[in-house]
Amino acid sequence: MVEFRIRRFNGDETYWESFEVPTRRGMTVLEGLYYIKENIDSSLTFRASCRMGICGSCAVKINGRPKLACETQIASVGNKIILEPLDNFTVLKDLVTEFEGFFAKHKAVKPYLIRSDVSYEEPKELIQTPSELRNYYIFTLCIKCGACYSVCPAAATRDDCLGPAAMMAAYRFCADSRDRGEDARISIASKDLAVWRCHLAMECSEVCPKKAEPAKAIQLLRRKTAVNAIKSILRW
Amino acid sequence: MKMQYDIVIVGAGLAGMRAAIAAAEKSKKLSIAILAKTYPIRCHSVCAEGGTAAVLREDDDYDLHAWDTIKGSDFLADQDAVEFFVRNAPKEILRLDNWGCPWSRREDGRIAQRAFGGHSVNRTVFAADRTGFHEVHTLYERLLIYDNVDIFSEYFLTNLIVEDGSIKGVATIELKSGDLVIFETKATVLATGGAGRLYGFTTYSHQVTGDGMAVAYRCGVPLKDMEFFQFHPTGLVPSGILMTEACRGEGGYLRNKFGERFMEKYAPEKMELAPRDVVSRAMWREIIEGRGIDSEFGSYIALDLTHLGEDKINERLPMIRDAAIKFAGVDPVDEPIPVRPVAHYTMGGIHSNKNCETQIAGLYVAGECACVSIHGANRLGSNSTIECLVFGKVAGEMAAEYALNSSGSHVPKDFILNEESRIFDHLLGRNGDENPYSLKKELNETMDKKLWIFRDRDGLSEAVGKIRELKERYSNVEINDKSKGFNTDLTSTLEIGYMLDLAEVVATAALYREESRGAHYRIDFPKRDDVNWLKHSLAYYTPEGPVFKYIPVTITKWKPTERKY
Repeated sequence: MVEFRIRRFNGDETYWESFEVPTRRGMTVLEGLYYIKENIDSSLTFRASCRMGICGSCAVKINGRPKLACETQIASVGNKIILEPLDNFTVLKDLVTEFEGFFAKHKAVKPYLIRSDVSYEEPKELIQTPSELRNYYIFTLCIKCGACYSVCPAAATRDDCLGPAAMMAAYRFCADSRDRGEDARISIASKDLAVWRCHLAMECSEVCPKKAEPAKAIQLLRRKTAVNAIKSILRW
Repeated sequence: MKMQYDIVIVGAGLAGMRAAIAAAEKSKKLSIAILAKTYPIRCHSVCAEGGTAAVLREDDDYDLHAWDTIKGSDFLADQDAVEFFVRNAPKEILRLDNWGCPWSRREDGRIAQRAFGGHSVNRTVFAADRTGFHEVHTLYERLLIYDNVDIFSEYFLTNLIVEDGSIKGVATIELKSGDLVIFETKATVLATGGAGRLYGFTTYSHQVTGDGMAVAYRCGVPLKDMEFFQFHPTGLVPSGILMTEACRGEGGYLRNKFGERFMEKYAPEKMELAPRDVVSRAMWREIIEGRGIDSEFGSYIALDLTHLGEDKINERLPMIRDAAIKFAGVDPVDEPIPVRPVAHYTMGGIHSNKNCETQIAGLYVAGECACVSIHGANRLGSNSTIECLVFGKVAGEMAAEYALNSSGSHVPKDFILNEESRIFDHLLGRNGDENPYSLKKELNETMDKKLWIFRDRDGLSEAVGKIRELKERYSNVEINDKSKGFNTDLTSTLEIGYMLDLAEVVATAALYREESRGAHYRIDFPKRDDVNWLKHSLAYYTPEGPVFKYIPVTITKWKPTERKY
């Protein structure tokens, strides 16, 4: 038996509740949550879907660190599992937090390929070598789970700053050899609450469950913004 | 609460998002809503791994893709639909390329293709082993450019409003508020995915509970060919997480406890790359005849990638390596992965044609929830993601066309009051002594046992009886969480109701079909029977259980022959 100690919220009050969960070898924290919901307290509320670390639904704070519940084995945490909703997000119910703002920030950086010479009706194959693909591929691995945002010190003090996932999305497209939309994204990234707001804490990369390196993307995006600023001063 | 849109798309996976883009491309004047049960990028399509089939190069042609698909289907596919499908596939690959999908590349920078089961040439386009994930993110990001598309995340489908044979609206629960939200609409696309959570040992995400199929069925739209459920050969033991067919496409072997590549007995030519029904049956036979490898989680088969080398595994199968380490404690570079056949795909679905139309005017369907049919009795790997793209586009365009030519819809107040009363008074407000999750567990056990790879009359009759008992008990469930906002106890209970209806159709259809074809294998009728059973089953809802009709298969130029690999 393992103790699941969960920080709950029912819309009015926040409280802690403990549950005893029988475990087996290889059992994950998410399986523990389902055990509680289906056998002990069906009002326990959490998000989950793929249970294989790719849909990004189930990031929660596990013993203080943001992780995907589905890929965290109970045995790797210990005999007491302490679960809380992600920091820097508004809690809606139990472990469920408000994500609309997070997705709106992603949308704000124009996270799509921009070029004017392709047609919807008659698409054409664009050439991209494996090494050009490698330039940005790691930054495509973001599953939008919110773990990075929950540890970002800039996001903790200003809820209107872009945050790591959105800035990585901006860089991912700027670094894609097929893209022609860098200028539009650079002007967004140059604003007050974007790349220059980053505290260089690097925690975002530390907690990313897909090892997508948002901190590195932000630094590379900073370099692009800086070069762009110098160019505009010199009117190149 | 009521909202009005010209088009409402229910489901925001590959098919739904493709439909939304197609409708938005058709006209900027149309107002389009796309509803996600979770968030668009959290859909089950992200779990597709291996790839997406399309004819791209000169070593391949449409007839060959069509023939592979039809032979794979054990001749139950409608051949006119397959021909349409293969011809429209290549442009979808290129569109995704133009929209930013990080396709894996050849050295010359062109899109790469890999081998897959049942395909005669290397036809499967891929993005490492995260193909569905990248396709979903690409479509989602593209969707963001259309100002006339509104995304509604965390809206749960409860009903369709149909009047005089045409669609009037969609009823949903907005999870956050817990309110019933009615969308009045001229046209609707259902793209709600398969029904894989009927099974316990499954590759499916938790959220894939066949909601759209069940809702359409209850509204009188027939479900087609539901007896055909695909078992993927390689589900990770014990979780059921998908180990992509690309493991074998890249050269992986299947071995029994003696280390033998047993597929040489079952499919000497294609070996591990025979279609999924053939490989799954072979593996299950090895297991029941005692040649599986014993473990605390039951007998399994070894998926051996060790000879591929670390570099190839890291480049082509990085997520597989990561998942095997995280979920089974096995590094495939050093040792074989423990796998077992696993419930993976619903070949059947809402009856439609290649225009994605249903029997309800203005209601279109696409993706796994639909049955066109192009997969017949057994789908080939990498034909499902491309189906979502090709038919998602058709459904979106058809819905747009329909909406542009129809006047507004009005949902009567009575309907709204009845729906609120059905959900909040009768289901949520009810007292009872059944735990809905116990019913789901018993359903999963029944499906895993009686509707698995090998079926027979006794087992199927027992399953039908058991499912009817569970349905009976469902009328006595109690939902403990009586709160309003984000009540997943309520939505889970609604899902279980959907699953029970669908399971009854699957089991009854399987009991009636007295032959073996594709994924449906009857021990008591081990041969395909084209004289009596070369036909689609259609299940119609009645309160007493499904009633069946049968319709012919469309054959154009490929006559059914013996299927050998």
